[in-house]
Amino acid sequence: MINGVILYAIALVLLSISYTKDRQKTKGALLKAWNMFRNVLPDVLAIMLFVGLSLSILTPSFISSMVGEQSGIMGVIYSSFIGSIALIPSFVVFPLGAALVHNGAGLPQVATLMSTLMAVGITSIPMEQKMFGRSFAYSRNASALVMSLLFSLIVWVVMT
Amino acid sequence: MKEIKKYRFFILLVIGLIVLTFINREMGWKAFRLTGNSIVNMLVLLPPVLIFVGLLDKWVEKETLIKYMGSESGFYGVLFSLLMGVVAAGPLYVAFPIAALLLKKGAGIRYIVFFLGAWTTAKLPVLVYEFSSFGARFTLIHIGFGLVFFYVMGLIFEKFFDHRQLVKLDITEEA
Repeated sequence: MINGVILYAIALVLLSISYTKDRQKTKGALLKAWNMFRNVLPDVLAIMLFVGLSLSILTPSFISSMVGEQSGIMGVIYSSFIGSIALIPSFVVFPLGAALVHNGAGLPQVATLMSTLMAVGITSIPMEQKMFGRSFAYSRNASALVMSLLFSLIVWVVMT
Repeated sequence: MKEIKKYRFFILLVIGLIVLTFINREMGWKAFRLTGNSIVNMLVLLPPVLIFVGLLDKWVEKETLIKYMGSESGFYGVLFSLLMGVVAAGPLYVAFPIAALLLKKGAGIRYIVFFLGAWTTAKLPVLVYEFSSFGARFTLIHIGFGLVFFYVMGLIFEKFFDHRQLVKLDITEEA
């Protein structure tokens, strides 16, 4: 919430500076912002609903049961699967990860989960695709998945 | 008809939510509440960020942006994309309009991939949580490896993608 207040305050200040310097440009900027909002709204709403659905189904105890300390490679695969599909606000990701580790989940598995949650977004691919084209969106997500798997491997080797 | 087509994923998910509520009322209600919360969060973050993007589009000259984030910008490009990714607030979908505009203004593909990568691995507010939950070693491995990886990815993406083709899709225009 504090973030929001700061963001709105900065936006307002910048807008008023812009308005005093050039009305036309300011109007143009607002029009562009409005068009962007209209263009991304359908996808963003779909993402929101998907977040709600996936969080109500994937509870921490359910995830913990799938990625226990003994779950090995399969646990990493499950994690990357769940993490790529689900979308969780990023400030929740790490506390959730810590809770999972407390409940007996393995560190490399949780590392995969957290990293894919933040970097891979199958849910937001329709939106990403609209802005950068299909091949860019798919390649970026694929590379983020590879990054998450390698990161988990490093954690596995170095920290367990 | 065109409007309905734009919202087809959303409508499909609403139907899914209704079906879920019929199967398990408690789960359906929880999903409904979580969705409401996310929409409120989105309305807190997205509009001001889009205003920044709109102002950036109108006030920053293409030449200036190319100088600082174009494919020849070197150190500046790395610095600016890292800085923007690190101070970021919000989920990745907020970064897409920013990245798309920077690309349109002439930023190098390399720095756009790096910017998105920094956004997904090294956001400052999130780092605080990561550090306190998992310790310094884990956090350093994560951001160190993540940033190097996405920089290298940026170099690879630059070889495979044509800048002009990526810029074709302009979301600031009316659809």
